[in-house]
Amino acid sequence: MTTATIIQSLASGLLMGLLYGLVAVGLALIFGLMDVTNFAHGEFLMLAMYISFFLFAFFAIDPLLSAPLVGAAMFVFGAVAYLFIIRFAMRAKANIGMVQIFTTFGLAILMRGLAQYFFTPDYRSINVSWLGGKTISFGGIFLPVPQLVGALVSLAAFGALYFFIKKTDFGRALEATREDAGAVALVGIDKNRVFALGWGLGSALVGLAGAVMAMFFYIYPDVGASFALIAYVTVALGGFGSVFGAFAGGIIVGLVEATTALIMPPSLKAVGIYAVYLLVVFIRPRGLFGSI
Amino acid sequence: MDQAHAKRRRRDLIVAAVLACIAALVPLFVKDVYVQNIMVLTLMYAALSQAWNILGGYCGQISLGHALYFGLGAYTTALLFTKFGVLPWFGMLGGGLISAVIALALGYPTFRLRGHYFVIATIVIAEIGFLLFHNWDWAGAALGIDIPVRGDSWAKFQFTRSKLPYYYFALVFCCVAWLVTWWLENSKWGYWWRAVKDNPEAAESLGVVVFNSKMGAAAVSAFLTAIGGAFYAMFVSYIDPESVMTFQFSLLMALPAVLGGIGTLWGPVLGAVILIPLTELTRSFIGGSGRGVDLILYGTVIVLISLARPEGLIGLFSRRPASKGAPR
Repeated sequence: MTTATIIQSLASGLLMGLLYGLVAVGLALIFGLMDVTNFAHGEFLMLAMYISFFLFAFFAIDPLLSAPLVGAAMFVFGAVAYLFIIRFAMRAKANIGMVQIFTTFGLAILMRGLAQYFFTPDYRSINVSWLGGKTISFGGIFLPVPQLVGALVSLAAFGALYFFIKKTDFGRALEATREDAGAVALVGIDKNRVFALGWGLGSALVGLAGAVMAMFFYIYPDVGASFALIAYVTVALGGFGSVFGAFAGGIIVGLVEATTALIMPPSLKAVGIYAVYLLVVFIRPRGLFGSI
Repeated sequence: MDQAHAKRRRRDLIVAAVLACIAALVPLFVKDVYVQNIMVLTLMYAALSQAWNILGGYCGQISLGHALYFGLGAYTTALLFTKFGVLPWFGMLGGGLISAVIALALGYPTFRLRGHYFVIATIVIAEIGFLLFHNWDWAGAALGIDIPVRGDSWAKFQFTRSKLPYYYFALVFCCVAWLVTWWLENSKWGYWWRAVKDNPEAAESLGVVVFNSKMGAAAVSAFLTAIGGAFYAMFVSYIDPESVMTFQFSLLMALPAVLGGIGTLWGPVLGAVILIPLTELTRSFIGGSGRGVDLILYGTVIVLISLARPEGLIGLFSRRPASKGAPR
């Protein structure tokens, strides 16, 4: 194993990690806002990838251009999912934790079924995008352009999210609701609207991730499942509720995965991620950046 | 109040005995092998969900990694039988004990975790188990283990001519899981668990040994789950990591309890009786098309039930709605 191989895989790991972070950050946002883990997060990602695919197949819009469209579509989808399903799960008087787990889980199964029904179980891919198959090299390290662009989109999205939360009225309402949903109602902020906005925003972020990932992953009804568990681990690693934690968690997960792949059979690369997660939470039960 | 409680417990026991007798007579009238198969699975899931309910429902530790214990039971039995010719009964017991020990070992660090951190830790641990078995050549890796037929007998726990012996074992297993829960519900542990579930800090301050009672729940729950895994291995006579250790499986064990009513004696039974036939029927009648209609139906049912009856369907049967009862 040469130094070049190690640097090469760490570089790929970093790019992948930024994407994991982007997938996870929407989850972290929703969790931080209302203490709900969306177990259909992977299916939201899958839907976004299909939207991107169909925009490409029918209108020949490159995934890079369609990313904002996919994000917008997913914003609407997330807000609607909140208003028509999640909102009712939050009303449960008993077993609220289980109710939200199984409601979102049921939604995941439903979405997977619908995807199989309407899109068939076939594997699809967008292999002729502008960037498809291109690589660039930095001092002997080769980086695939789609992944590199994906990482840049991810960084930009984090920046935009940070700006949104800190500088806009809606962002401040979001932060306030997360602090104390009851008090917020007293100053005339509609909690439901803020939650719907949170779901929309979280889903728009995973929509962006899906559009970018559609450039270099196969698209099929179960694709979300494989990324969802990594997203939960990423969020928990960073600390539930911490958007910055999800970002840092993503990078760590990407690097750990790349390192594990160097020393273990590829089929075991996820074991490294899981082991690091367990190690971190056993030492710090609230994740790296989670508040106590 | 105490008298009412004792009366309720006696009534539960009588109802259970009557239901078990009816269940024992059903195969005399239902000869269809396909239906018998569904009945076996229903009883098995009722027992598994009851086992899950002990830790997840009564003790409030939501594990979504019980597939690990199920898989360990299945693999221990299958490996001992195929590699060393050890009778499945010993494999079953061995798998149960291994699972209980592993549950204790895993409980030690994981029970310090709260809420979603705990849930995700259980998922991740089971997933590590899945990946390890998936890559473990001696245990058949991804191909799994084909359990050869060595003749019909109770000793070898193999029956090729009829499903009835499996049915009666599943019935006994289900009754045992129910009885264990019934007994534990009223034991010191049972009270501790409810205290731990409702408010761990308050329980701790009142002298409940929170940690030990969680460990107890985990060990009992894992042991029973592994028995189910051992049974399943012999019943289907072929196992691989995909069929016994995936996340879907962990959910399938929790789901009946959740739909029926978690932390209740009858919830898992009711949930399994509704959910498992529904799953199997939709899978074979409309799932064959490969178009996912079964998933659509299944997902819709889960969403609707958890939204409409968050306390579980068992709430329909109680005269006093759970949500309007005394604050818990």
